[in-house]
Amino acid sequence: MTAAARSGFPKRRDEASWHGALGHVAVVAGAAVVIAVVMAFLLLPIVALFTYQPVHDLINNFGAKVATDAILVSLKTNMIAFAIMIALSTPFAYLIGRRRFRGRSVVVTLVEVPLVMPPAVAGLGLLVAFGRFGLLGHTLTVLGIDLAFTQAAVVLAILFVASPFYLRGAIAAFEAVDSTLLDVAGTLGAGPLRRMLRVAVPLATAGLGAAAALAFARGVGEFGATILFAGSFEGTTQTLPLAVYSLFDANLDQAIAIGVLLIVVSAAILLASKLVGSWTSSRSTSPSPGERSSYAQS
Amino acid sequence: MAGLERPRAGRIVLGDEVWFDAPRKLHISPERRRVGYLPQDYALFPHLTVAGNVRFAARRHRPDLLERVGIAHLAGARPSQLSGGERQRVALARALAREPRVLLLDEPFGALDTITRQEVRDQLADLLNTLRLPALVVTHSFDDAIVLARRIGVLDRGRLVQLASAAELTQSPATARVAALTGANVLDGTATPSATGSMIRLTTGGELASSQRASGPVQIAVQPWELELCDPVSTALTDTVVSVRDDHGRLLVRLTKFSLQIRPESNGRPPLAEGQSVGLRAAPRDVRVIGRP
Repeated sequence: MTAAARSGFPKRRDEASWHGALGHVAVVAGAAVVIAVVMAFLLLPIVALFTYQPVHDLINNFGAKVATDAILVSLKTNMIAFAIMIALSTPFAYLIGRRRFRGRSVVVTLVEVPLVMPPAVAGLGLLVAFGRFGLLGHTLTVLGIDLAFTQAAVVLAILFVASPFYLRGAIAAFEAVDSTLLDVAGTLGAGPLRRMLRVAVPLATAGLGAAAALAFARGVGEFGATILFAGSFEGTTQTLPLAVYSLFDANLDQAIAIGVLLIVVSAAILLASKLVGSWTSSRSTSPSPGERSSYAQS
Repeated sequence: MAGLERPRAGRIVLGDEVWFDAPRKLHISPERRRVGYLPQDYALFPHLTVAGNVRFAARRHRPDLLERVGIAHLAGARPSQLSGGERQRVALARALAREPRVLLLDEPFGALDTITRQEVRDQLADLLNTLRLPALVVTHSFDDAIVLARRIGVLDRGRLVQLASAAELTQSPATARVAALTGANVLDGTATPSATGSMIRLTTGGELASSQRASGPVQIAVQPWELELCDPVSTALTDTVVSVRDDHGRLLVRLTKFSLQIRPESNGRPPLAEGQSVGLRAAPRDVRVIGRP
């Protein structure tokens, strides 16, 4: 056996592994670049908003009357819309999620229409439905109700745009609840209302919470439907996003301050929903094998 | 019976309460029937504690129920922390909290492993005996039925074919399927009346005497432990050994047409070998003609 033959094979293997290591380094570097580019693109605007002005200017701008008015309008309208949404959409989602009937899939699809509708079109739709000259305008006028350009209109716009997000998630959450548990609840004497409130809702909490958070975030950011249906009147219908838009020309510093506020609110909602999700899953999962997994996933 | 399904025909009546009547289109909803229902996997509410599960069904606080089924110490536990047997007890306590007029247990041991199963089965039998409450147990296992039930209704393709005690089912099975359920050898043959009953010529060959009178084509049932091995020369029924295995301290011998259970040989005779030809006999009173009382 020659020395070349003896050393030839290991040499080739060294070379191969060197190539392999180089390839590995290239893949890691490539992945790092892709991640960096995407993250930078997503985060740069946020960083820019936060660093646009010195911190004390930012805080001063929060205190401006336009800002505080918008904060109050946003807070009030979103709270009312959120309460109405939870109160009406939860039983609706329960019915749609648990019952099987003809035309159910049509209902589910119709519920999602507002999701794909441009918000401005939604605003127009609300205007020609509930406005003074709209479909229901005459009826409402007779009843002494004038919705257009009022705070009630803001609530309606938020409801219309945001509740489909909640409905969709809530229907899925209720669908995932184990039927046997609801059946057993019935045999234990629980009527339909008790089955929903004491069994289905607690088991669907994670899914309901995530859907509600998403809908709330969407409602706080609502712009298009609100500006068309409710207008942008400071102190009554001017929500935070509308204030950003109206200040854009007049006072960019204030507009950006409100923008920062909206980012903080949205981040808080996102964080809260993640925490709720992980808390409920750590509390109620890990069923032993054999037990049905009956926890609604978001 | 629990009201979760709507049958196409029939009536369900408990005492003087009509729960379901197909012709009258009467269907009482589950929450208005007092049935203590235990589904196959017990379906405990995972978001409630053991005590919470029981309280769900009770109109008032009932700590006595957990004591009654022997799990008072688990009141604060969550269902996911319990063993199969404990879950069953919680489900039972919860069903009792409903103050039911009848218990309905669907495959109560389906979710348990074999060891737990035997233990839980005996405990459940004792509990059901102390409850003084009618209980209906749905099971595929004849062994479970023997332990739990005084009367066993055999359902075959949706029809009740026989309702009797375990002993009666074994002694006089109404159909071949009932006989097979009790573990019997079921064989086709032609009967000829004789002085002491009848002689049955089996379709697969061989003869067996029965103490029952019968004539014409019949099916007979013989339990594995009622067959005896004998010298193939001295009997009218022979068969060939397929396999021999231990079955709870006895030997289960599978032949080509029969299976039989015998005591392990202790008198020094050579063990049975596969392919060996054996003779069989059974006492005439143990050879039962199916469908005759």
